[in-house]
Amino acid sequence: MKEFLLIALGVLVFAVIFQIAKASEYVSVMKGEENTRKQNNKINAFLLMGLLVFGLIGAWYCNDLYYGKTLFPQGSASVEGEQIDTMLWITIAVTGLVFVVTQVLLFWFAYKYQESDNRKAFYFSHSTKLELIWTTIPAIVLAVLVVFGLKAWFKITGDPPKNAIVVEVTGHQFAWEFRYTGPDKILGRKDYRLTKGVNSLGVDFNDPASLDDIHVSGTMHIPVGVPVKMVINSQDVIHSVGIPHFRMKMDAVPGIPTTQWFTPKYTTAEMKTRTGNPNFTFEISCDQMCGAGHFSMRGVIIVETMEEYKKWLSEQKAEYFSVFPEKAPATADTTAPKKAVAAL
Amino acid sequence: MSSVATLQGAGVHDAHHEHHHHETFITKYVFSQDHKMIARQFLITGIIWAIIGGFFSVIFRLQLGYPESTFPWLEDLLGHWAKGGKLQPEFYYALVTMHGTILVFFVLTAGLSGTFANFLIPLQIGARDMASPMLNMLSYWFFFLASIIMFSSLFVQTGPASGGWTVYPPLSALGDASSGSKIGMDLWLVSMAMFIVSSLLGGLNYITTILNMRTKGMSMTRLPLTIWALFFTAVLGVLSFPVLLSGAILLLFDRNLGTSFFLSDIVIAGKILPNEGGSPILFQHLFWFLGHPEVYIILLPAMGMSSEILATNARKPIFGYMAMVGSMFAIAILAFLVWAHHMFVTGLNPFLGSFFVLLTLLIAVPSAIKVFNWLTTLWRGNIRFTPGMLFAIGFVSMFISGGLTGIFLGNSALDLHLHDTYFVVAHFHIVMGVASFFGMFAGVYHWFPKMFGRHLNNTMAYIHFWISIVGAYLIFWPMHYEGLAGMPRRYYDYSNWESFKMFGGLNQFISLVAMVVFAAQLLFVFNFFYSIFKGRRVTSTNPWGSNTLEWTTPIKPGHGNWPGEIPEVYRGAYDYAKDGKEFIPQNVPVGDDETTHG
Repeated sequence: MKEFLLIALGVLVFAVIFQIAKASEYVSVMKGEENTRKQNNKINAFLLMGLLVFGLIGAWYCNDLYYGKTLFPQGSASVEGEQIDTMLWITIAVTGLVFVVTQVLLFWFAYKYQESDNRKAFYFSHSTKLELIWTTIPAIVLAVLVVFGLKAWFKITGDPPKNAIVVEVTGHQFAWEFRYTGPDKILGRKDYRLTKGVNSLGVDFNDPASLDDIHVSGTMHIPVGVPVKMVINSQDVIHSVGIPHFRMKMDAVPGIPTTQWFTPKYTTAEMKTRTGNPNFTFEISCDQMCGAGHFSMRGVIIVETMEEYKKWLSEQKAEYFSVFPEKAPATADTTAPKKAVAAL
Repeated sequence: MSSVATLQGAGVHDAHHEHHHHETFITKYVFSQDHKMIARQFLITGIIWAIIGGFFSVIFRLQLGYPESTFPWLEDLLGHWAKGGKLQPEFYYALVTMHGTILVFFVLTAGLSGTFANFLIPLQIGARDMASPMLNMLSYWFFFLASIIMFSSLFVQTGPASGGWTVYPPLSALGDASSGSKIGMDLWLVSMAMFIVSSLLGGLNYITTILNMRTKGMSMTRLPLTIWALFFTAVLGVLSFPVLLSGAILLLFDRNLGTSFFLSDIVIAGKILPNEGGSPILFQHLFWFLGHPEVYIILLPAMGMSSEILATNARKPIFGYMAMVGSMFAIAILAFLVWAHHMFVTGLNPFLGSFFVLLTLLIAVPSAIKVFNWLTTLWRGNIRFTPGMLFAIGFVSMFISGGLTGIFLGNSALDLHLHDTYFVVAHFHIVMGVASFFGMFAGVYHWFPKMFGRHLNNTMAYIHFWISIVGAYLIFWPMHYEGLAGMPRRYYDYSNWESFKMFGGLNQFISLVAMVVFAAQLLFVFNFFYSIFKGRRVTSTNPWGSNTLEWTTPIKPGHGNWPGEIPEVYRGAYDYAKDGKEFIPQNVPVGDDETTHG
């Protein structure tokens, strides 16, 4: 019923507009088309000026409403992301200036030079000097932006520091998996053809390096202040690790591992106070369309102090023992499966 | 060359007289070889597609604005895709995908280039018709075939393609990955193949016609900017569409013949796939090698038409004609060298990425030249705000707004944060969606009198313009903020995300405005079809006081365009306000006392 009324209302509005539009044509014939045209011209010139004024006010108002909801006020949660924020500010300043100047000129010229019987258009077909000026200035400004941008780009995409913690991030429809190296600091080999049952990542347990690796689902723990290198891959379609608070993003591509590293600046607890939001969570959003559940492919990152991180890590069981539960040692010493394996 | 063109033209003209009386309904309106009729066919098919594509956006905006609500009428409309009045995620993605495909290819490529290249090229260069009217007709009918196939894919049981308009494999290659990747995806690919054939037939024809069939005196540097824009558009299409065709064919092979061009190391739905050695990234290279030039295929005609309309209605020459041509040329060249800026976060070699950053930001230079030249064209003009002119001014405003955000996204470091967020959605909708639509509307309002011999209703046109420009800014401006907060695009529901759920109110606002703007477009559609039959009759051959040749034809030109000789051209298209004369059409000989400028 409500829909029906809405449609009826829509049709009514249409009918009214149409009648007015038709009537205006008759009126214009009566008043003389030239007069109507001139009147319309004045109205539209005025409206264009109005659009400029209200547009600029609106842009300011919009900023007032939503600036607080962008990630700027809380700052980048990663050290590397700070360069991206700086770049963003420089770019906003440059483009903002150009935006205001060109839009103001556009609408102001439109208003000022609206048709008038007293004016003749000015024949001005070209000026090499002017054109050179507005070719050169943008070129210089852009060169500056390119230089700063590439400096940040090479820093961020360069090799991570030696002390970086390696975490393997694997995407599949529609969840995230994480694998830690264990004490040997080496991720064991994987082969997708070994994917079966509990061995859901296809880890090759013939590789000794994989025996102490730890596999967790959904939530990634990382320590604050230490670079983290993510080795990213996918099991099925392309996904993308989107971690906006850290200003980072990298695709997960089946068959082609990618990497990205960053240094978390604040723990999750610190972010809760910084943002004043007790529910604050670092979330991993899938940023590459991956199927019907794309919007629900959520991961969580918990950034904690080194002590908390070490404690958490020590509580995790090596994946080897989940895949081969019969080989799990009776004691709680689960962090050193090599010993256990050697004992077999 | 020009004299040969005239002779050829005369030949066609004679043939036209013999043929004239044999015209039946079928040869005149259906399988017509008259470029003007083919243009109308493209335009009307494009309008129908635009209504469908626009309506899809209204439905999925409903979901984004009201994720908690149910709409029983949706179930009546969509059946099991909206069980209980709630749009299903599978179909949400199908709608998003089809919205993109339809608007990018069927409306803003075929509907825009197809319409105005067909309509304006022969009329503005002084030719009787296209170089090959037959190929031209085939171009439309391949487009029609593509349309039928794409349309039918909406009704298959597993739904139409739903992997995004970029159809990245493996998602698009594997039926197990998404129900839209079953038969719907095959139909999508076949339809695109037909579409590409149509686009190539059209493009070859446009290029040939512009190069060979200009009337006497119409040197390349006297061409109106619309023709230059359509020329570069056609060149871009002819050189880049075949690459997408190859991508589409390889993807069809991967889907149906067990090849591994784009597939490797995949475990899906518990099955280990045998495919090895392929690369999903290869498809992205093939796709974006078309995909980026495609942006300019959409934008250049809008630039050309807006230039023409701005100069005509400012009653001033377009400022810096040669710079305008040069900057379009630069844009066309650069369009081929920037495709990987869509792939900064795919794991692309960072060093390679740096080249694409440089070349991408370089595009801002010719774009800046164009903007400043448009502004100078308005400066000290005597401006008439016809509906076409308003849309041309709106085009410039949108082009500035959307172009500037390209400087953010083209810088790879910033792209790490902004890639695939609503910032991108805002950017490309403003710069290639709204701007190109405004260019297209400008063109329709400006050339409607030539196309149909009647005027559109001005009051409805003004209402259409004002709702559209205000609405477009209200929809897309706040999206930049969502993007800066990292809100990803192509999400069905944000309410479970701590980081993004605070934009619920804004999404609702955007959805409401989108519905109003859609209604305003329906007003345009109504105005369009009503005015074809009932609009005010055009009484003068040159209602806008324009210089270009199409306004030297009769009010309703027949097949062959000029009843007598094709006019000869003596000057460029922009002699407005020269020597105290308001305008001097191109076919007026240069007087002895006329000043020459540079």
